[in-house]
Amino acid sequence: MFRNQYDTDVTTWSPAGRLFQVEYAMEAVKQGSAAIGIRSKTHVVLACVNKANSELSSHQKKIFKVDNHIGVAIAGLTADGRVLSRFMRSECINYGFTYESPLPVGRLVVHLADKAQVCTQRSWKRPYGVGLLVAGLDESGAHLYYNCPSGNYFEYQAFAIGSRSQAAKTYLERRFENFMDSSRDDLVKDALLAIRETLQGEVLKSSICTVAVVGVGEAFHILDQETVQHLIDSFEVVEEAPAAEPDAAAADQGVAAGGDQGAVAGGDQDVAPMDI
Amino acid sequence: MTQFVISDQPNHSPLIAEASSERTLYPYVTGTSVVAIKYKDGILMAADMGGSYGSTLRYKSVERMKPIGKHSILGASGEISDFQEILRYLDDLILYDNMWDDGNSLGPKEVHNYLTRVMYNRRNKFDPLWNSLVLGGVKNGQKYLGMVTMIGVNFEDNHVATGFGNHLARPILRAEWKDDLSFEDGVKLLEKCMRVLLYRDRSAVNKLQIAKITEAGVTVSQPYSLKTFWGFSAFQNPTAGAEGSW
Repeated sequence: MFRNQYDTDVTTWSPAGRLFQVEYAMEAVKQGSAAIGIRSKTHVVLACVNKANSELSSHQKKIFKVDNHIGVAIAGLTADGRVLSRFMRSECINYGFTYESPLPVGRLVVHLADKAQVCTQRSWKRPYGVGLLVAGLDESGAHLYYNCPSGNYFEYQAFAIGSRSQAAKTYLERRFENFMDSSRDDLVKDALLAIRETLQGEVLKSSICTVAVVGVGEAFHILDQETVQHLIDSFEVVEEAPAAEPDAAAADQGVAAGGDQGAVAGGDQDVAPMDI
Repeated sequence: MTQFVISDQPNHSPLIAEASSERTLYPYVTGTSVVAIKYKDGILMAADMGGSYGSTLRYKSVERMKPIGKHSILGASGEISDFQEILRYLDDLILYDNMWDDGNSLGPKEVHNYLTRVMYNRRNKFDPLWNSLVLGGVKNGQKYLGMVTMIGVNFEDNHVATGFGNHLARPILRAEWKDDLSFEDGVKLLEKCMRVLLYRDRSAVNKLQIAKITEAGVTVSQPYSLKTFWGFSAFQNPTAGAEGSW
């Protein structure tokens, strides 16, 4: 049986210079359902896929408001995500108490990363098994950061984490150059389309996704389900419109949807297209 | 660490707890009024350079206005050494803020709120910093002028003054201050206030500085004196009409 000699605690190096426990924690992020973030000059949009554990249960919350100007979307161990969200909230409140102004996003992210880093260097701890997309607005503009269990953090124009996030990344890579000047509504639309990529054929509905926005003149808030469904309907209709006959429309849609996913879905092209 | 210690000795005055460590129970060297106004391009602030040891005018070159970071200026009246301690706190604060090197910086509003927290926290320890502070600044085109007292009372206004200035300068400012004062008119108005204070506040000295802060930065003037005229009969014979009082 395969056994790794170097992965029994976080602080032990492998001869190849790797910390396996930290890498496993990074894997936990990939197991979680997808979350994406997109940024323009003035706005940041977060979106995530909600997966219920069973038919009988509701899904877990994956997007949290940290403060009026900051929010996070998480993928991985939701419990760890909640703990880190609480930490971020208290950082923001403390800063607000002392300076009566919002904590700069970049500084919060560094605090968060430092907290995660400690867990990679203490034998009695374990790394957080969660990736966080931190969206926020401060005096230097709109920001989107990704914090991972290793204690690293990166700033992005657009990013996706979680299961099948590669599909969303491919979509975002095709379009990110326009994001900087995007309007708020276009950003939300792109976020939803990116989320759809990760669904692999499942229908995009407001019941399986959450969208949140923060931007100039707009405090961080999660869009309500009705609004999201309206948006989905509006662009799904637009895509449907060009088709002349109902039969052809269905066929076209099939090809279009299949083609869209071609880049990532690979062999899944024959899978039933999204029904509209 | 400051803490109360219950003394073994019989306590003669039950209202006064004996403290093991010392606090500033009385101010020693103090500065008098600070006056500041908003004007067209920013903030103007004036303070004289006297340092009184009790009622003795002992020091004559105490700078009571200091720039804090890029966007703020702080003026202080009250205990001079406490002011110097506050300046040390602020130096640490600004240094730490600069070390982030991330394009964010603390503006006058943030510094003012920080000072409010410090002052109120110290008064809660029954060890107040014995000052009234005036904080002015400009950041992103936004003018800011506020005050904090030794017990943490704080507010913003278009013109503020500490100590005697509150009684003698603010009535003048209320009557004459306008939103769009030019630099020259602003300085004239401040000098008018400082002259009244010089005449009527015994701890004021005729050596003052004026500080200016705009979007472009801070400048504190060289010390200078005001023209005075002591020939008024009330100055020459102050007891006239009040015989027998003193």
